[in-house]
Amino acid sequence: MADPAIDRSKMKVSDEIAIQITNMNKWYGTFHVLRDINMTVNKGERIVICGPSGSGKSTLIRCINRLEEHQQGQIIVDGTELTSDLKNIDKVRSEVGMVFQHFNLFPHLTILENLTLAPIWVRKVPKKEAEETAMYFLQKVKIPEQAHKYPGQLSGGQQQRVAIARSLCMKPRIMLFDEPTSALDPEMIKEVLDTMISLAEEGMTMLCVTHEMGFAQAVANRVIFMDQGQIVEQNEPREFFNNPQSERTKLFLSQILGH
Amino acid sequence: MSLLYVRRDMLAPQAPPTSQSGIIRWLRDNLFKGPFNTILTLLAAWVLYELVTLSWPWLSNGVWSDANSMADCRAIVAASAGPDASGACWAMIRERWPQFIFGFYPPALWWRPILAFGLLFVALAPVLYSDNKRAMSWLCGVVGALTVLCLIGADGFSFHTILAIALFAGLTAIATIKPRALLAVTMLFPFVALWLLWGGSVWGPITALLGFTVMVVVYGFVAPKLGPVMGASIGFIAACLWWLFVQSYVSEAWQALLPFQLTYVNSDKFGGFLLAFVIGVSSISISLPLGILLALGRRSDMFLVKTLSVGFIEFVRGVPLITMLFTASLLLQYFLPPQTKFDLILRVVILVTIFSAAYNAEVVRGGLAALPRGQYEAADALGLDYWQAQRLIIMPQALKISIPGIVSTFIGLFKDTTLVSFVGLADPLRGITTIVRADIAWKGIYWEPYIFVGAIFFIVCFGMSRYSMYLENKLKTDHR
Repeated sequence: MADPAIDRSKMKVSDEIAIQITNMNKWYGTFHVLRDINMTVNKGERIVICGPSGSGKSTLIRCINRLEEHQQGQIIVDGTELTSDLKNIDKVRSEVGMVFQHFNLFPHLTILENLTLAPIWVRKVPKKEAEETAMYFLQKVKIPEQAHKYPGQLSGGQQQRVAIARSLCMKPRIMLFDEPTSALDPEMIKEVLDTMISLAEEGMTMLCVTHEMGFAQAVANRVIFMDQGQIVEQNEPREFFNNPQSERTKLFLSQILGH
Repeated sequence: MSLLYVRRDMLAPQAPPTSQSGIIRWLRDNLFKGPFNTILTLLAAWVLYELVTLSWPWLSNGVWSDANSMADCRAIVAASAGPDASGACWAMIRERWPQFIFGFYPPALWWRPILAFGLLFVALAPVLYSDNKRAMSWLCGVVGALTVLCLIGADGFSFHTILAIALFAGLTAIATIKPRALLAVTMLFPFVALWLLWGGSVWGPITALLGFTVMVVVYGFVAPKLGPVMGASIGFIAACLWWLFVQSYVSEAWQALLPFQLTYVNSDKFGGFLLAFVIGVSSISISLPLGILLALGRRSDMFLVKTLSVGFIEFVRGVPLITMLFTASLLLQYFLPPQTKFDLILRVVILVTIFSAAYNAEVVRGGLAALPRGQYEAADALGLDYWQAQRLIIMPQALKISIPGIVSTFIGLFKDTTLVSFVGLADPLRGITTIVRADIAWKGIYWEPYIFVGAIFFIVCFGMSRYSMYLENKLKTDHR
């Protein structure tokens, strides 16, 4: 089913572990939102996480850069364990890029300033160098001509591509995508997915919460299905879509692929 | 029957009918739309007419010069407009001008407040027009020229005039060549102004400035080990210890070694708009950062910080300013060590600052609450720490939203400086006006001083309001 146009030559999964989650539990107040999550992500993996709304998939990837705090178990990202130690949290956050559903660009800064802000202040990169890197990534997401505009002047698809470029400017080793196309008009979804595909082609480790099943089939090497805060099924994409095992997965797939 | 229609010649545009444009249209839309609006318009016109006819003779018969007392004024009005005519006596302003401006500040030293006032605008220039070089150098040049003129007016062409010309020429040159360097003037201004206004040994303000150096040095030692918050707190405590216990000795030692001083002017000599500006400017400039910290404290996750901030804000907002001023003038003295000479103006400034900081905190908190959570999350996800996120992402946006509220607080604060008359300071509105009206020569004058003082307050407050609109426009980047 793989798209022949996609270059899979660099999409190699290595043996090195990027993220290790063991026996992780999380509660919102008394609500048990993530239940006994165990998961290992190797370097170079492209994982798509899907599931019905409220199944905890966004919460799971937000735990990986500690936008949400877990209460039990262990999360180790690139060798650093996430605890309440602020130093570890900042270290992990600067290694892990995140793309949000609503882009979350900084509206008071130009596109270029959005891209150079974190490298300059967190990585202490000289301004000129940061701007060169920023222009390089803007070129990659194909909107270098927008560098001096403000986010409010761009379309949704362009804003999301800027958001991806903003994360890339920090040279992250892992990228998290939290429903990156859910807030976009149908005609803009493709441009964002294209950007994500080219990122996968370069061997980036990616965790992606999305309902774009075409993307999952084309790019992912593993699909994880979650329901009620737990991992219900995971498999390689072809098997996952053609031969789902659990009843819950079958129901979910029939509902999203039903028409 | 054919449905074909083809236009052979195109119509040229024509002027609209007179009922649809121009003054008649405007009048109908804005003044006479329907019977109710027509009645309202006529009513308003009648009220305006009555007001103008009532006050016009008084205004037009006004005496502007040649009078040194109320009796002179009355004689001049009677001579020109008949024995029963009323007339305003603006000549009082000319005669009492210095008192309205300087209070009881010694006339020979007026050059000092004038120079400080001029420098205030130079210090403000890089803050007000941070990215507009032209505006900065224009402001410096114009203020410099006006200051020099005022100095010549105050005590003729003297050494101070030359000093001011050199100073402002230099500052304007800096503003033109290297505008960022003006920020150094902004930093130094509080100490220069302190010295110019109160005088005394030059080592006083210099050693006070050293307190900040102590703060920075202590911060540099502590922050890497205990984090920036502890660093800042311990640095602040160290600076306070310096100011309270060490500074006076160091200052005296240097004064003995290298004496250099201006004539000391006691706080009870301050009055009029000089006093209003001293209290207003210092409170405004300190209360904004304090308000921001309180707003952050109120939104903090740390229980103690949050409770203290909430308690402080709610207490200060719940107490009338006059109560706090009485506290400043009477009670504060009891709580301090007996020898501390704690200046009354300083005490008032502290209390007014605290008062408006509480209001600013709530205004800024409103701005913070208006920001979407995504902004915090994006800043976190990029690895910015708390203070970086606040400074680079959150505050620029929250403060922009809060500009109208903050400026309202500032305007309120500036007008509230007149309340210091309750603790015996000679504010322009009540203090100086009462003194003028108590004078035998001006007995019976009533409207003129209040109108004059009110007009100056209006100009200053209107200026702040216009500036805030300029700023809002300049910072508009959301393109909604």
